[in-house]
Amino acid sequence: MGTIHWILLSALGVFVALYARAPGRPKLAFGYLRWATMIGVSLVVLAPFVWLIAAAFKDQTVLNEYVFFPPLSEWSDKTMNLDNFRRLFAGDEAVQGTVYFWQYVLNSSFVATSNTVLQLAFCSAAGFALAKYDFHGKQGLMAFMLGTMMIPGVLLFAPVYEMMVALGLVDTYQGLVLPSIVSAYGIFLFRQAMLGVPDEMLDAGRIDGCSEFKVYFSLALPLVRPMSAAFCLITFLGQWNSFFGPSIFLQSQDKLTLPVVLNQYINFYRNDYGVFLAGTLLAIIPPAILFFALEKEFVGGLSSGAVKG
Amino acid sequence: MSQPSESITLAASPGSVAKKNQGPPRRLYKGWAPYAFFAPFLLLTAVFTIYPLFNAVILAFHQTNGPASRAFVGLDNFRYVLTDPVFYKALGNTSIYALCSVFIQLPLALGLALLLNTDKSRAKGFFRLVLFSPNLVGQIFVGILFGVLFTPRYGLINQAVQALFGWGLNEQWLGTPSLVMPAIVITGLWMWVGFNMVYFLAALQSVDRSLEEAARIDGANRFQVFWHVTLPSIRHVVVFVVVTSIIGSYQLFELPLALLPVTDGHGPDNSGLTVILYLYDQGFNAGDLGLGSAVGWIVAAIIFTLSLLQIRLARLAD
Repeated sequence: MGTIHWILLSALGVFVALYARAPGRPKLAFGYLRWATMIGVSLVVLAPFVWLIAAAFKDQTVLNEYVFFPPLSEWSDKTMNLDNFRRLFAGDEAVQGTVYFWQYVLNSSFVATSNTVLQLAFCSAAGFALAKYDFHGKQGLMAFMLGTMMIPGVLLFAPVYEMMVALGLVDTYQGLVLPSIVSAYGIFLFRQAMLGVPDEMLDAGRIDGCSEFKVYFSLALPLVRPMSAAFCLITFLGQWNSFFGPSIFLQSQDKLTLPVVLNQYINFYRNDYGVFLAGTLLAIIPPAILFFALEKEFVGGLSSGAVKG
Repeated sequence: MSQPSESITLAASPGSVAKKNQGPPRRLYKGWAPYAFFAPFLLLTAVFTIYPLFNAVILAFHQTNGPASRAFVGLDNFRYVLTDPVFYKALGNTSIYALCSVFIQLPLALGLALLLNTDKSRAKGFFRLVLFSPNLVGQIFVGILFGVLFTPRYGLINQAVQALFGWGLNEQWLGTPSLVMPAIVITGLWMWVGFNMVYFLAALQSVDRSLEEAARIDGANRFQVFWHVTLPSIRHVVVFVVVTSIIGSYQLFELPLALLPVTDGHGPDNSGLTVILYLYDQGFNAGDLGLGSAVGWIVAAIIFTLSLLQIRLARLAD
């Protein structure tokens, strides 16, 4: 029997003892059980992250010697160092010359940011039109949008790829970004949020001489800022982590995004996994920072769609 | 073009379309402004969704060798796919994964949501954050990380399994046909349990507490309250989560791609092959976009049928 078994067994013992003391009111024992379960589950969820951080900083030679970090007494330049990162940043030889890891970070940031900004602009404008105007053909447009949401993306990859080849847009960022900048789902989200914007306020703006664009951009858009933040975060994360599109549309090594490159690295550095683990760690830091900055909006935005339905 | 591989955009499909616009009816707007606001959507959708959709129909009846050449082959693509044992292997694996999502992952997510729901303290926010966090990491990155965690002898999971069950330290999870799918399911569990929990938690918070109290006063035990009061109150969200996780399961692609070592293809004996991996291989690696299109239609038909079936069943139960 190992240590883990003893810990589990003693936890069970404590639970039984607490339950036996007041079997009529099992609230206390169950309260502790709930806490213990949540802490246990959280540890299981966090363990791979801690392991990843440890692996990225451990020297190649001691990678398998310690499960997580080496004990503090054995920390030295030989066990914990930046060697993995040094090799990661050394650059890859490609037809386009040496490509450095920063290039991929830059590419990923560019693709995700431009996509997010364009989606924000187009989806919020269309959502505004749906929420704040009654115009000929509105019902038809709504039905059309619902219809496009039911088209599975898997169907479109082959024909869109063929089209990009015909247009000469393969291996360009236009070819990667253009097909994915409108989302019917995003338009609906913004429509829902814009419904809450008071008509009187927009009319007041019109009387003051605002153009319709100004009414949308300066009056309505600032009022749905929480929704916009959630939308931007969801979109950015999706694009940052996206693989299928970039892996078929991008070809030159110096244009690749992080997921594609790290997938290559699994084969380049097969037995030297400290290098690609260091890369993976760097790739998950930006989304994590964004998420913790906007956590409330994010989880709220995710679940708001489901609960009302 | 929506991207099937993104769990976040995928699971967050519209649930709140029906809400009616309140307030007095507006006059019909005669200007061009709303059309201008809509123009980018219409233009881009026409070019990158509607036109390719028609093209996907045509493409499915052609054989292509790279994107430039097309030869009409009638129903041969469908015939090929539907008689290919590898496709059925992929379909079987994907269905196993979908079943595991619905019958292992979702009950776990609901259980965790119930545990957290009764807790009023600030700790709730913390646990929700922790359990949700794996979902921030892209599937490719999760695949890379877990590919190393499943290493025989040294992998974290191998060591944890050994410590708990006294077995499995030297097990080759990703090299043993019978263990590949369990490895994918475990990885998926780590990634998505917290995500689904957030949905269930949000639903549980809108359940009318007085109903549960009333049931308890009438002498119902914890389980009865859950089964007869709580669960029926959140059934719409349950249907939504089941449908989206089945749709997501059938689009599983990046996770096994990065998880399984490339030397084995998609696991020994294709034990980790999914339908979208099959599509990717046929359409983009082998370069026959026509065949890829045919696989796309078959997968779309499966997803559509399953979703419709569940929504019907849910209506029937109402």
